[in-house]
Amino acid sequence: MSPDLLKFIFGRLGFDSLPLHEPILVGTFAMVALGGVTLLAGLTYFRLWGYLWREWFTTVDHKRIGIMYMILGIVMLLRGFADALMMRAQQAMAFNGSEGFLPAHHYDQVFTAHGVIMIFFVAMPLVTGLMNYVVPLQIGARDVSFPFLNNFSFWMTVGGAVLVMASLFIGEFARTGWLAYPPLSNIGYSPDVGVDYYIWALQVAGVGTTLSGINLICTIVKLRCPGMTMMKMPVFTWTSLCTNILIVASFPVLTVVLALLSLDRYVGTNFFTNDFGGSPMMYVNLIWIWGHPEVYILVLPAFGIFSEVTSTFSGKRLFGYTSMVYATVVITILSYLVWLHHFFTMGSGASVNSFFGITTMIISIPTGAKMFNWLFTMYRGRIRYELPMLWTIAFMLTFVIGGMTGVLLAVPPADFVLHNSLFLIAHFHNVIIGGVVFGAFAGINYWFPKAFGFKLDPFWGKCSFWFWVTGFYMAFMPLYVLGLMGVTRRLRVFDDASLQVWFVIAAIGAGLVFLGILSMLMQFAVSFLKREQLKDVTGDPWDARTLEWATSSPPPDYNFAFTPVVHDNDAWWDMKKRGYQRPLMGFKSIHMPSSTGTGIILAGFATAMGFGLIWYMWWLAALSFIALLAVGIGHTFNYHRDFDIPADDVIRTEDARTKLLAGAK
Amino acid sequence: MTVAVNPTQTGEPVFYLADEHPHPEGYSTSLGFWIYLMSDCLIFAMLFAAFGVLGANYAAGPAPKDLFDLNLVAVNTSMLLLSSITYGFAMLTMQQNKIAQTQMWLLITGLFGAAFIGIELTEFAHMIHEGATPQRSAFLSAFFTLVGTHGLHVSCGLIWLVTLMVQVWRFGLIEANRRRLMCLSMFWHFLDVVWIGVFTFVYLLGVLR
Amino acid sequence: MSTDTRAAHADGHHHDDGHAHSTFSGYMLGFVLSVALTAIPFWLVMSGTLPSKQITALVIMAFAVVQIVVHMIYFLHMSPKSENGWSMMALIFTIVMVVIALSGSLWVMNHLNSNMMPIHEMTGMK
Repeated sequence: MSPDLLKFIFGRLGFDSLPLHEPILVGTFAMVALGGVTLLAGLTYFRLWGYLWREWFTTVDHKRIGIMYMILGIVMLLRGFADALMMRAQQAMAFNGSEGFLPAHHYDQVFTAHGVIMIFFVAMPLVTGLMNYVVPLQIGARDVSFPFLNNFSFWMTVGGAVLVMASLFIGEFARTGWLAYPPLSNIGYSPDVGVDYYIWALQVAGVGTTLSGINLICTIVKLRCPGMTMMKMPVFTWTSLCTNILIVASFPVLTVVLALLSLDRYVGTNFFTNDFGGSPMMYVNLIWIWGHPEVYILVLPAFGIFSEVTSTFSGKRLFGYTSMVYATVVITILSYLVWLHHFFTMGSGASVNSFFGITTMIISIPTGAKMFNWLFTMYRGRIRYELPMLWTIAFMLTFVIGGMTGVLLAVPPADFVLHNSLFLIAHFHNVIIGGVVFGAFAGINYWFPKAFGFKLDPFWGKCSFWFWVTGFYMAFMPLYVLGLMGVTRRLRVFDDASLQVWFVIAAIGAGLVFLGILSMLMQFAVSFLKREQLKDVTGDPWDARTLEWATSSPPPDYNFAFTPVVHDNDAWWDMKKRGYQRPLMGFKSIHMPSSTGTGIILAGFATAMGFGLIWYMWWLAALSFIALLAVGIGHTFNYHRDFDIPADDVIRTEDARTKLLAGAK
Repeated sequence: MTVAVNPTQTGEPVFYLADEHPHPEGYSTSLGFWIYLMSDCLIFAMLFAAFGVLGANYAAGPAPKDLFDLNLVAVNTSMLLLSSITYGFAMLTMQQNKIAQTQMWLLITGLFGAAFIGIELTEFAHMIHEGATPQRSAFLSAFFTLVGTHGLHVSCGLIWLVTLMVQVWRFGLIEANRRRLMCLSMFWHFLDVVWIGVFTFVYLLGVLR
Repeated sequence: MSTDTRAAHADGHHHDDGHAHSTFSGYMLGFVLSVALTAIPFWLVMSGTLPSKQITALVIMAFAVVQIVVHMIYFLHMSPKSENGWSMMALIFTIVMVVIALSGSLWVMNHLNSNMMPIHEMTGMK
């Protein structure tokens, strides 16, 4: 074949794009390939493809989509954490003239991939998954407002994750840090595919995130069951509403920034160049207008989870519900007014820096109010130290430390010293792990019985908890010390041997966290094996307070046989207290949306288009785009998108539950 | 507050709807689409921000005064305005269930939209021909991107319009199609609102500078 | 309770049926107003009637704001009542966000330019 034809077909892709010279990657690839082949063979052998396709991939059921989001988040956590271990090992080794084991070219990809994956493909899916699963149940709805869109959003997120994972073995990932600042990320300094992988992975996933944000806002606004006024919504639903508002208000900004960066890279425009009037600092400004709300997008739902958990396991109504709601709304607005604190050192004047310093400090007020609300909820409560509650207490201690170092960083003169240092790294891991990750784990332990009908094993859960918490403190407290001593982030080798001991402690901490993750996987496996012992037949294993516990575990496809009517903030608690009798007859057929494969197909084409654009395979990009358009338009010609669950099926499902409940008594 | 929720009226609190009606199809659509438009609004806002910050960086290249022909912009603006009112007529005839007239007004709207795109492309071609390419300066990068994104939206609107015309032709003015026409109406008028910002801030203020 | 839901359902139908309140006269009024609000700024700029550029700039920006409001009311049928006020709420929130992001960016970048630019280039920036 002529080289021209090859270039046309494969674009920039060639054999030299494969990282065959990197033993670590080849080894990883061998393992992933082996695991993948085993998985695929297993699925084929047990004839599970049809089941997966019909029941999961094409489902529009918010519960199954929620579970798939959680699986995506946990799988990507393993990848992102592998990167973290490599970084910790590298930094612990690279002293006294040692180069460590990662060459610079690889190390730079590792820290970029770690950040991108942890934020976009771990934290976001975990948070979105929990919201997707819980919100419709909490508001007494049968599904989200736009069930097909929900499926499509999920697969777009997967598409982004697939592109990031592909970069591991085909070509390379960005070497720019997780926000890809120009001019480094511009074509002159990053001519290879790394930044393009970054751009298209985030663009594809970003579409999904924005659409799922719109979807959940509509769900909460329009589909609440009768009686549930705004001020009777569970706090988790409130925080989800605010988070999704932030998603819709901030992800378009990310879309624009990345689009402008890709114009610079592909077309040669001059937005963020140093020539012809471009301004790289404009990129920094714009991306943080998205970036700051993003951290509140992650942490607000976690706040909601802690609120639910605290009040359930203290056996008390949440203290200060109204102030909790207002604090959430105030944080939502304020999160949009602080973005410049990420670049105090950029060189704006004193007035700009002080404005943003002060707004940043103000955010600690509503956050502090929340903290006191949780404490007062626990005060004189009968606290049950189950796993969700343990995570919540760990969160309260850890997050306060992270919050205080955050206020410290909000002082512009202090930030001039600490900017880009390991102190900053310690700070944001302190709030993201202490807030978001602990929140997600509290949520997983809390709602797992609802989703699967059996509780998670407490022994392995406690192992995971203690490994994580001690590991976290060992891994990140040394970074505070190092940051105060002036060590900057993203360094690969060190000259000063006296620093090594701190990095070794941090590496041991990371090792403990690794044990925590393994314990969590063990917890899932053990709980599955002991599922009969851990079974929840009541649907309300924690004696909880909100509506999702009113239905069976796992809930039927239609969530509630009859739409509930709510009279109180703690709707289910109110029902239990006032002698609610579960209806046993009068069931009717229920109108539900039907499954469709269009979402996964569209997302597949979008991912292929991204791949084509990354490698300059223009034919692939063009064809995928046309296919995307055609399938999308074709889908609008299908006017029959729902069906009725026959009354007989509802009666059968509900009778089975009646028997189960009778057996439990 | 206690209207026929439960057939057995006993004064007991009611905890579920014994006789419920599912939400009508498309119950959330108009709100959902409106929220989508709001997110789109932020996309344009950021492009305006880029233009606002970079729009005076000519890099010794051409400035708005050298490039913009306000007569052409005025003609273009009128195309979009006319398409807005004709879309309004389409909605009015749709309310009266007149399929043929609705289709006619949609067609006229589409033609005005196509004329708008045509004029814009001519303008772009002319500028590029004169060497005022998007690569020439940050001002031109921001200009082409902002105006081009608006044009891209109008083009998407045109594809959508044609699709809807086919659907109305095949399935009539059924409920689903009415809802879709209403969404496109919101989209179309929203683009008109964005264009007000474009002609004021980019063209008129540009020429004033 | 159920009165609430029924009202909400009826409300939903109401909106699905399109704009019951969109009328020929409404569209025409909106159209005439927006033609005037478009033509006057063009005329002001093209003829240079007003004494200074600053005044012209302020006036045409004011016209733009008014015209946006006209479009919102007559073409997009915004009213505090549509979707129980949620549309209006979303719009106001978006306007707040847009104002923050736009004015913030201009302020921040302007400050940066005046603080960091070498003096000889600052003249070219104006």
